[in-house]
This record gives sequence, C-alpha cells and structure tokens, in this order.
Amino acid sequence: MTPLITIRGVTKRYGDAGRPMVALENVDLEVAAGEFLCLLGPSGCGKSTLLNAIAGFLRPSAGTIEVGGVPVTGPGPDRGMVFQEYALFPWLTVAANVGFGLRIKGVPRTEIALRVERLLAQLTLSEFRHRYPKDLSGGMRQRVAIARILALDPPILLMDEPFGALDALTRSNLQDELLRLWEQFRKTVVFVTHSIDEAIHLADRIVVLTYRPGTVKRIVPVTLPRPRDVSSPEANILKREVTALVMEEQTRFRQQETTGSPA
Amino acid sequence: MRGAVIPVLVLALWQGLAAGGVFNPEVLPAPLAVAVRWWAYLTPDQPFDPTRDGFLSWLLSGEMVGDAAASLYRVLVGFAIGAGLALPLGLAMGASRLAFEVFNPLVQVLRPIPPIAYIPLAILWFGLGNPPAIFLISIGAFFPVLMNTIAGVQTVDGIYIRAARNLGAGPVTLFLRVMLPAAMPYILAGARIGVGTAFIVVIVSEMIAVNSGLGYRILEAREYFWSDKIIAGMLTIGLIGLAIDSFMTRLSDVLLVWHRGPDS
Ligand SMILES: Nc1ncnc2c1ncn2[C@@H]1O[C@H](COP(=O)(O)OP(=O)(O)O)[C@@H](O)[C@H]1O
Ligand SMILES: [Mg+2]
Repeated sequence: MTPLITIRGVTKRYGDAGRPMVALENVDLEVAAGEFLCLLGPSGCGKSTLLNAIAGFLRPSAGTIEVGGVPVTGPGPDRGMVFQEYALFPWLTVAANVGFGLRIKGVPRTEIALRVERLLAQLTLSEFRHRYPKDLSGGMRQRVAIARILALDPPILLMDEPFGALDALTRSNLQDELLRLWEQFRKTVVFVTHSIDEAIHLADRIVVLTYRPGTVKRIVPVTLPRPRDVSSPEANILKREVTALVMEEQTRFRQQETTGSPA
Repeated sequence: MRGAVIPVLVLALWQGLAAGGVFNPEVLPAPLAVAVRWWAYLTPDQPFDPTRDGFLSWLLSGEMVGDAAASLYRVLVGFAIGAGLALPLGLAMGASRLAFEVFNPLVQVLRPIPPIAYIPLAILWFGLGNPPAIFLISIGAFFPVLMNTIAGVQTVDGIYIRAARNLGAGPVTLFLRVMLPAAMPYILAGARIGVGTAFIVVIVSEMIAVNSGLGYRILEAREYFWSDKIIAGMLTIGLIGLAIDSFMTRLSDVLLVWHRGPDS
C-alpha cells in the first residue's frame, strides 16, 4: 500500500547560517491512509516543526514531504490543523467559526448552515452555536476547532498537542471523542503529544523522536485492541518500553540545559 | 448618591458667596444665574405660534440647539474625513512592511504637531467658515485612528493567520476577514480618541474661523461680559462631550461583544 504522507530526509535548521540550530535532521517517515500516528518526545525535540512542515507553514531546509504523491508547497485544506491554543476566531460565533472554511470557499449559505448544524450536533455543540469563544471552556473550544476542520472534510488531521492545556477528565473525554470521529470519518491523523499515556491510548504507531537534533529514534506499533484500557497489563508493558525511550531523550535534554552545550 | 455630596457642597458654597456679593457677577455669576441662562439658551426665543411653524421645529429653534447642531455637524464631517483617510492608510501600514517604511517617517514628523498649530495655514488655505474648521478637525481625528489602526494590525496574533491560511484563506480573505476584525478593538479605541480630539478641535476652530457653534458662542458672550452665558455654554460643551464619549463606548460594546477586554 502506498503511504498517504511521505517524508524523506527532512532537515530543518533555525537561526543564521553561522550558528544554526538543527531542529530536525534527516527525518524519514511514512504515514498510511487511515492511520493514527503519534509523534512523541520531550518538549523542544521538533514535533511542532515536523507537523508545521507537513501543514506547509514552514519549508524544510532539506528533504521533501509529499501528500498523496504531491509535494507540499504551502498550507492547504486537505491537511486540517488543530492547535493547542485552539486558534478560534474570537470575533465569530461557534457556528461562524465552524462555517469559516466553507464560507470562504463560496459554498452556498443554506448548505453551510446544514453542514455546520450536523457537525455541531456530532460534537455536542449545538446549544452553543451562537456563543463566542470567550464564553466557552477549553474543552468546548477545542471541540469547535475540530469541528471547524472537519467542516472541510480534509483527509488528514494534523494536531499539535490539542489536549495539552486541558484538565485530565476533559482530556480523556476528548480523546475518546476524537477516536470516535476518526473511526467514523476514516481520517489520517498525525497527532503530536508529549504524554505517553495519550500516545498509547490513541496511536496505531508511536514515533519517538530524539532531542536536538530531532530524528526518528524508534517507531513503536501499538497493537492493543480498541477501545483501549491504558491501565491493562499489556498497556503497561508497552508504557514501560516507551517511557524508557522517552526518558533517554529527556535526560539528554536536561544535560544540554544544564551544561548549556551548543544548540 | 455619595457622588452627589461634593458637587452639591461646591454649588451651595458658590451660590452663598455669590449671593453675599463677594464676586463681581460679571466675573463669576451665581450658579442659579447660570442655570437660568442655560435654560434661556436652550429654549426658543419666540413664543409658539402655530400659524408660523410646527411644534417640533419651534421646540428646536433655541440658540443652543442650533449651535450644538453646527458643532456636531463639523465634528461628524471632519471625523468622517480624517478617519476615512486614516483607516485605509493604517491598514496598509500595519499589514505591509513596505507601506510602513514609506509612510512612517512622514507620519512621525507630522504627528506631534498639534492640530491647533495648523490654524494659520487652515485660514490661509481655506479662508473662513466651515472648510478650515473641518480641515482642522479631520487632522485631529486622523492621527489617533491611524496610530491605533497600525498597532492593531501589527499585533494581530499570528495563530489566527495560520489558522485561516490552513482553512484556505487567500490574501484578500485574510485581510478582510481576519486582520480587520482582529484589529477592531484597537481601531475602535483609536476612533474614540479621535472623536474626542475632534470635539476639542471644533471648539477651538469655532473660536477662530467660524461664526456659529458652541465655541463661537462662548467667545461671543465674553464680548458682552455675559459670564453666566459663558459658563452655560461650557456646561453644554461638557455635556455634549460626555454624550459623545458614552455613545462611542456603547458603540464599541456592541461591536465588540466577542471581545474579552483590553487584557486579552
Ligand atoms: N521559529 C523558530 N526559530 C528558532 N528556533 C525555533 C523556532 N521554532 C522552534 N525552534 C526551536 O526548534 C526546536 C524544536 O522546536 P519545536 O518543533 O517547537 O519542538 P516541540 O514541538 O517538540 O516542543 C526547539 O529547540 C525550538 O527552540
Ligand atoms: Mg510544540
């Protein structure tokens, strides 16, 4: 089966040429259609950089990214992005936020209203349709952000620590909801997290990244049957394995922080 | 209620001193005299005569109504011109580095010049009457709106732009549907300052270039030593200024229902 997303030799350097900071080095990765992939690693290891490169917000310094065989040159509605900060438009109501993508595409208003209502119902947001984002809780806002992306029905969802700012209970509810939507709509998901539990709960495969430069350290397949119980013995075995991998990078991170070795 | 204590005390003291003949009434009239004069200024000079005109036009035929209308008309036109020029320029300067670099030096040189300092030039260019007044008022309104619009566009959170581009927004959509609304709190704050400045400038320019309006009226009253009318006119100016400011506040509250407040 040909992968939907192909990442070849992607390197990203920040800063000036004299003293570059290598955020990503020679990353090779393939994501199959319909797969739920988690990018896991300590903060600063380049997860957002990789996701933003797939989204088309930044160009790799070297290497290529292809989606469906077409090189990525910029952002596109085939790759819907969900940000940790929600990034809802505060001047638009919930319904108008969800309809934004359709609106600027020139879809007729009646059809927009129809599709927005359906999505709001699916994400239990209907009663908030006329509210503004400032009046919603974090969990609700992230639901709206997901609905806003789903409105355009993109084959790929890119999610950058979308539940990172939420409390544990809301977070776990949204994880289940996301899995439900993923199964229902058969999306391909690239999901960034630094939570090992979250990755094991969600992913078909976990990509553990190294810290500075960011490379693929290990790809861990998660074959636990869904719905998953993250506290089962099998999950715990996996958790120990993944934790060990992440800890190695976390330790390198601390050492670099304290010794201040060149970035 | 507690807020009324001091004003009442001041008025009582003032009235007491005036009644006691402490001040020459041409210098400082009694507050009651001011109130009487204010009422006379507000109400029609002629008794109502149904054969001549309608009741409403009679009711509004008082001198103050005409003065206030003349002043507000100048504020409105001057503000519309000033803000109407400042908004597109500010949007361009906020959104485009090039536009900013081209226009900013000139803006920085002209901005510190108080609108009042344009009076000689205004009279030289436009003579007397409404045109110089409106010119001065538009300058007064121009800079606050311009500066705030630039700042508003420049501080639009980049994440809104990324989110919109991800949803398929091109440059025009980005500008009209993201940058403009995101900058709206700043723009409206600038408009509020601009209207306030316009109101200051209208009073000054009416003292110099025009023969009508609230500013003209209090200067005219001075020539007759009508200190009660001067203060009545000042009172009117204060009340109208307050009304304009509350209107602007109300307007931005309505337009910015979505907004969290200045700290977000
Ligand atoms: N725009 C940028 N300019 C310079 N350095 C950056 C920039 N963005 C990210 N970095 C650096 O690149 C590294 C990876 O960042 P990021 O991809 O955000 O990591 P993560 O999402 O895993 O926390 C970090 O060390 C960060 O400081
Ligand atoms: Mg990140």
